[in-house]
Amino acid sequence: MTAFAVPTSWIFWAQEQAVELDRGLAVRWGLWLVVGFLAVFPGIVAYMVLLERKAAARFQDRIGPNRVGPLGLLQPIADALKLLTKEDLVPRGADALVHLAAPVLVIVSAFLMLAVIPFAVGMAPVDLPSGVLYLIAASSLSPLGVFLAGWSSRNKYSLLGAMRAVAQLVSYEIPQVLSVIPIVLWGGGLSLVAIFDKQADYGWFIASPPGLLAFLILLVASIAELNRAPFDIPEAESEIVAGFHTEYSGMRFSLFFLAEYLSVFAVGCLATALFLGGGMPIPFARFPLNLLDGSLARLVVVDLILLAVFAAKVFSFVLLMIWIRATLLRLRVDRLMNFAWKYLTPLAIVNILVAGIWYECVIRPGALTLGRWLGGTLVTGPMVAGLVWLAFWVNRREWAGEAAGPGRPSLEGARPDWETPGQTGASPQRAH
Amino acid sequence: MIINNYIFIGLLLLAAIAFALAPILVARLIAPRKRSRTKSEPYECGVLTLGETWVRFRIQYYIFALMFVVFDVETLFLFPWAAGYASLGLFALVEMVVFLGFLLLGLVYAWAKGVLRWV
Repeated sequence: MTAFAVPTSWIFWAQEQAVELDRGLAVRWGLWLVVGFLAVFPGIVAYMVLLERKAAARFQDRIGPNRVGPLGLLQPIADALKLLTKEDLVPRGADALVHLAAPVLVIVSAFLMLAVIPFAVGMAPVDLPSGVLYLIAASSLSPLGVFLAGWSSRNKYSLLGAMRAVAQLVSYEIPQVLSVIPIVLWGGGLSLVAIFDKQADYGWFIASPPGLLAFLILLVASIAELNRAPFDIPEAESEIVAGFHTEYSGMRFSLFFLAEYLSVFAVGCLATALFLGGGMPIPFARFPLNLLDGSLARLVVVDLILLAVFAAKVFSFVLLMIWIRATLLRLRVDRLMNFAWKYLTPLAIVNILVAGIWYECVIRPGALTLGRWLGGTLVTGPMVAGLVWLAFWVNRREWAGEAAGPGRPSLEGARPDWETPGQTGASPQRAH
Repeated sequence: MIINNYIFIGLLLLAAIAFALAPILVARLIAPRKRSRTKSEPYECGVLTLGETWVRFRIQYYIFALMFVVFDVETLFLFPWAAGYASLGLFALVEMVVFLGFLLLGLVYAWAKGVLRWV
């Protein structure tokens, strides 16, 4: 059988992430799976829904849910029970298996994203050396789920929503991925734990002009990836009912709902770990990490500080998303695509080079000093400001009509989104 | 026993699928089931659905998908460069300027061709 022996180097697909399976590891993995992923994260997400309802209500001068339990705190449980007792409907003509697989896929995507987040020292579920790449792979599963949901429902609203969703998701995935590359560059690797350690030495990555730009690109692209307002054309209630999940009700619908909020949470964790220094409370200080001396008691204290700060940052990020949703109007579809391809993508591409310059100015020379940080900021700051200005200047014609005053958007050459077999070829003339 | 870190991802995958399927199964057990022809119609604001649903879509969607594939693959080349940049030195930055220049050129070409216009 020696002829069929597999050389060890063939296992490089898994990067030979060998670990010793002992009792400690089994307990740790078991705790993460059962307590973390099946209890704590869904619990956090259930209360994020309540938070969003409460906060959105306050933005609209309402009170929000306050009937079930004190301050409405039992509302998530009541909602879960209600949805659990709803009839499980699959529309006639739908592809039943795919109809079921779609919400599962979306949930899986959100869960997998959380697997590499370093919440505190020694508190990442796993530390993969391919962490960032893995995150991108996991997060790009959800467009697939969304599309399958819309396609399998055999409903015109759903299909329209799914097509819009996929067009939007793939467009915003490019700037999202590109905005993470400066972090990989500075972190010196794809492992999120290494990136966290690097931020302890060189300050939060957001505290640099290219880092700030990358963070803003990631923020916008993530909101678009999550189909949240102002990027919610795929599920625009007022025109296509609910888009890809029109035909989902009861528990299947709530899976989509849960996955959306789980993704919001995951993106909050991602932004915190990549840009906001993880659980570090002060941008340029090693503060809780310098307390570590190898003893377990110190580690527990440090981890508690890190966890609390991490939670606070994720909470702020989620609040920011709720705030944006409550404030901004839905974008028109051509503006939406323009924004991804004509603003964010070129900006993110050039920003990688600015990030390289920042690396040469600040990180390559050695330990972080105020002088180096100021020098780097003076060099890259004007570049970033100039780039943003240039992006808007190149696209100035788009806004020219807008400045002239409110008018009807130009629908010249506009055609309906789909073609029925009879009307292919020549575009139908629009009756005015 | 020596195992692989990626096994955790596999376990998590199974846990996530179970997490998604369990409530659907529970709902199967406790939710009411009253089928009717009207109820299983696709929802179209109360009007019976007309014509075929799975129709041909405009080319615009596919062009953007094509653009996505091009850029996503090119993005993949950036990751090894970024991860190994520390040991590559300034020359790698110059090389990347050239590479990203090509990437931008592709974008500018698509832009000038009007591919990025959504109509």
